[in-house]
Amino acid sequence: MKLSLIKYFFCLFLIYAGSASSVFGRPELKTQQADVKDTVTFRSPYYDDNERCFKCHGQNKYEYTNENLGRQVKAMMYSEIIIDRNKFYESNHRSFSCTDCHSDEYAKFPHAGELRMEQTFNCIDCHGGDEKFAKYNFEGIEAEYQKSTHYKLDAEGFTCWNCHNPHEYKINIRNSSNIKEAILYDNNICLRCHSNFNQFQILSDREEINILQKHEWLPDQESHFKNVRCIECHSELNDTILVSHMINPVEKAVKRCNECHSKNSLLMSSLYKFESKEQRKDGFLNGIMLNQSYVIGANRNRYLNILSLVMFGVVLIIIGGHIFFRLTKK
Amino acid sequence: MYLYPIWIRLWHLFNAVLIIVLIVTGLSMQYTDKQDYILVVGFARAVKWHNIAAILLILNYVFFVAGNLLTANGKYYKLEKRTIWKDMVKQMKFYGWGMFRKEKHPFPITLERKFNPLQKFSYVLAMYVAMPLVIISGLGLLFPEVTVNRVFGVSGLLLTDMLHIATAFFLSVFLIIHIYTCTLGSKPTSLFRGMLSGYHESDEH
Repeated sequence: MKLSLIKYFFCLFLIYAGSASSVFGRPELKTQQADVKDTVTFRSPYYDDNERCFKCHGQNKYEYTNENLGRQVKAMMYSEIIIDRNKFYESNHRSFSCTDCHSDEYAKFPHAGELRMEQTFNCIDCHGGDEKFAKYNFEGIEAEYQKSTHYKLDAEGFTCWNCHNPHEYKINIRNSSNIKEAILYDNNICLRCHSNFNQFQILSDREEINILQKHEWLPDQESHFKNVRCIECHSELNDTILVSHMINPVEKAVKRCNECHSKNSLLMSSLYKFESKEQRKDGFLNGIMLNQSYVIGANRNRYLNILSLVMFGVVLIIIGGHIFFRLTKK
Repeated sequence: MYLYPIWIRLWHLFNAVLIIVLIVTGLSMQYTDKQDYILVVGFARAVKWHNIAAILLILNYVFFVAGNLLTANGKYYKLEKRTIWKDMVKQMKFYGWGMFRKEKHPFPITLERKFNPLQKFSYVLAMYVAMPLVIISGLGLLFPEVTVNRVFGVSGLLLTDMLHIATAFFLSVFLIIHIYTCTLGSKPTSLFRGMLSGYHESDEH
């Protein structure tokens, strides 16, 4: 008896663990996957022109001839002005020449000091009022941003670029077939400042924030961080733009679990709003989420609900009948 | 007749309390809504208390299995493979017909036979099939990083949760039937009293 019980439990464990164990061999999602196909096939018409810039700005060190000294000099490139060549040619702006946005004067070396003061463009400068980009509603994004808590940092120099590096930016959630990668990409945008105090203090005088500690209240924190974007809880929903840009002050962050873990989950109007896959029709509430994830409370199955109620009802009827006979056949 | 030693009564008491907490908090999570009107407890509190009760239940379950392995109590859960179906039908007939005609209990309770065949079968099913399933699937939900990501294109968490909820549902149904059948003693309260005192009052169903 004892031995068979042990064997039984061991088998039961193996049945479950057998399916679950494959996870240990699963590669951890650490970095954003590049759009490999694109980088292989794409060749910028300005590749050679751009290479004049990338020769120095594409790596940590650069080399030039110091005519005063009459010799070659090697120096370190400032990290903020290093542009990753591969990321640039994967980005939405990959077909640009560097001098489309930067002064032609940069072609000369050493660069003139006043070039540092050149005006930089914001998204709306190029994309605003252009029919070609109407579907992205850049004007709506601009209006949202101006209501956002980030806008109060505008005077400190906060611009679109703080979140969307124009040298690397690529359309994410709209094009992504893997929502977890899209989430990682988007969350890294926030974490670039909010988990890096060196970056953060350029724009804010606030004390350093420990993101993990601040979110300690969140059950299964790691799972939440991997499966939803920061903006799900920290921004105001807007039906007219793809990704909400009105970042709320911290007091207005979503803290009620039910906002997502419910029949009318807010994730349907945010993270899964533009999911292009067909709505599942197998009885699951908010079934579209099941293509990528599973959210307790938001993905219950209506047929199983009915079945369980029927079964429960039948049990109660049988018990009621039994009580009736016990009372009447005394 | 002294049938329920103290360790069984304590285990049973903890088990009952924990199962009720788990059902209430489990239902709160499953049927959560933006308004809390149908909920007994809010989602965040439900998650916290569900996790705490679940860990305690696992410890209590280990205690139960160990108790059955180390004491003579385990023998009550041994199914008589040859006669179990026939005996269960006999017991069912008694519940559905015989007891109303004042027939004698087909399997009177003795020190050697604590459970009637229906009880025995349902207890084995609940304690040795449903409980391990609900515990293992529950651990899969408590530690989602060890649950397989996708199985044939379906979320592993969804399958784990469906197994968990379905098993928990059957355990809830079992609980209702269990409580009702405990009113079938010589008096409706005598079996409940027995579970508190340890002494079984004879002549029950």
